[in-house]
Amino acid sequence: MRRRVVITGVGAVSALGDGASALYERWKAGACGIESGLGACREFEPTSVLSKKELRRTDRFVQLALVAGQEALAQAGWEDAPPVDPARVGCVIGTGIGGISTIESQHEVLRESGPRRMSPLGIPLMMGNAAAANLALRHGFKGPAFSTVSACAAGADAIGTALRQIRAGDADAVVAGGAEAGITPLACACFGAMEALSESGISRPFDARRDGFVMGEGAGVLVLENAELAEERGAQVLGELLGYGASADAYHLTAPDPSGSGAVCAITRALDDAGVAAGDLHYVNAHGTSTPLNDRAETEALKSALGDAANGLPISSTKSAVGHLLGAAGAVEAVATVLALRDRVAPPTLGYEVPEEGLDLDYVPGSARGLTSVNGRAVAISNSFGFGGHNAVLCLAS
Amino acid sequence: MQATATQESVEAAIFRELARLGPEPEYVKRDITFDALGIDSLDLVEVAQLVEEEFGVLLKGEDMEKLQTVGDAIDLVVARAAS
Repeated sequence: MRRRVVITGVGAVSALGDGASALYERWKAGACGIESGLGACREFEPTSVLSKKELRRTDRFVQLALVAGQEALAQAGWEDAPPVDPARVGCVIGTGIGGISTIESQHEVLRESGPRRMSPLGIPLMMGNAAAANLALRHGFKGPAFSTVSACAAGADAIGTALRQIRAGDADAVVAGGAEAGITPLACACFGAMEALSESGISRPFDARRDGFVMGEGAGVLVLENAELAEERGAQVLGELLGYGASADAYHLTAPDPSGSGAVCAITRALDDAGVAAGDLHYVNAHGTSTPLNDRAETEALKSALGDAANGLPISSTKSAVGHLLGAAGAVEAVATVLALRDRVAPPTLGYEVPEEGLDLDYVPGSARGLTSVNGRAVAISNSFGFGGHNAVLCLAS
Repeated sequence: MQATATQESVEAAIFRELARLGPEPEYVKRDITFDALGIDSLDLVEVAQLVEEEFGVLLKGEDMEKLQTVGDAIDLVVARAAS
């Protein structure tokens, strides 16, 4: 009998504020955290959680992960110590680009003052695995700990990897998610050079007027546990991670395959892994970046993968409220999906007003809507697709 | 312009730097160990960089490894500056 994996805690930091409920409740209510074309975590206040030393020794993307992690662990009832042998607790935190603000500031020091003035903390701050390393260090997790790096699919790949670790018996619990702090001059200029960023500064996925993504930042962390052990200790269960599917487009370095065939493969694999039929889905948390190419290819992929079941299925994008969190997107969106399924609600795709020919699915315009025809548990998929052609899909249930 | 390395000037600079690195200033004393302050090898590299910048005294990793207390570090810097 395959091990089941449940979610016992969630945490998030996003442009909608600190906390998973700020993310979910505000988005559900139609609030948008994007200001001046950026989804920055303006309210982020790490000093209440992290010591002076931890603040000095961490890049912003790690600070976001540690604060989201603290929230998730508190909710899981893990505040003091893990409920299982620490060597059986893994930690997998994805990121798209890691500590890029440290890279930029250290490069500045190198140019201005020379190599002898470089910080000995430069490498441990900038390394892409720093969020996983610091979470494990802070909380004493001694199981498998590393980062997944697959651009905007990294957060979902981290959570999927955690599912596999628990199923394989490598861990009894895994603290998994994604973190990103890429609102820096270098990253914004580079994304701008690709013409991937929205010139209007508006994230309106699937709308005919969409013109690119809005840079966001933040972190999402979930506590995943072997269901049997979680139930034994009487843990509060928020939801279940039923399945994970991943694939690569092998089509283009940055553009999605317009047929969506790679995404179809990942969606189908996630559903097969979960043992869920397309007709059993109640909600789709779309990748929905607000770029012309993604939203069209994703619509095609959903139609191909789900067939008739795609019609009338509520599909919405968290990025309409917080922008694109790159390597944290899949994790923050998984957190939002878990809470939406718990409440049997589809939050809206904010700003969606003007349909485009061929983009004719139900993108949940206007306001949040209750999920209908749910008998028993509510089931959803959460899509994440990354530059490089990475596709990762999670299947979640209430 | 580098400062002259006296007991007083080096102590002031090192105390200031240690407080910046994490410990509360009231705990920073000559006879406390770096371990007790939670100051590790990465922090000591930063202390060494400050000492070089302020007093022109070059400290290497092997110098720093032998240091137990804050006072050991101050004495080493003052002795090196005088030699």
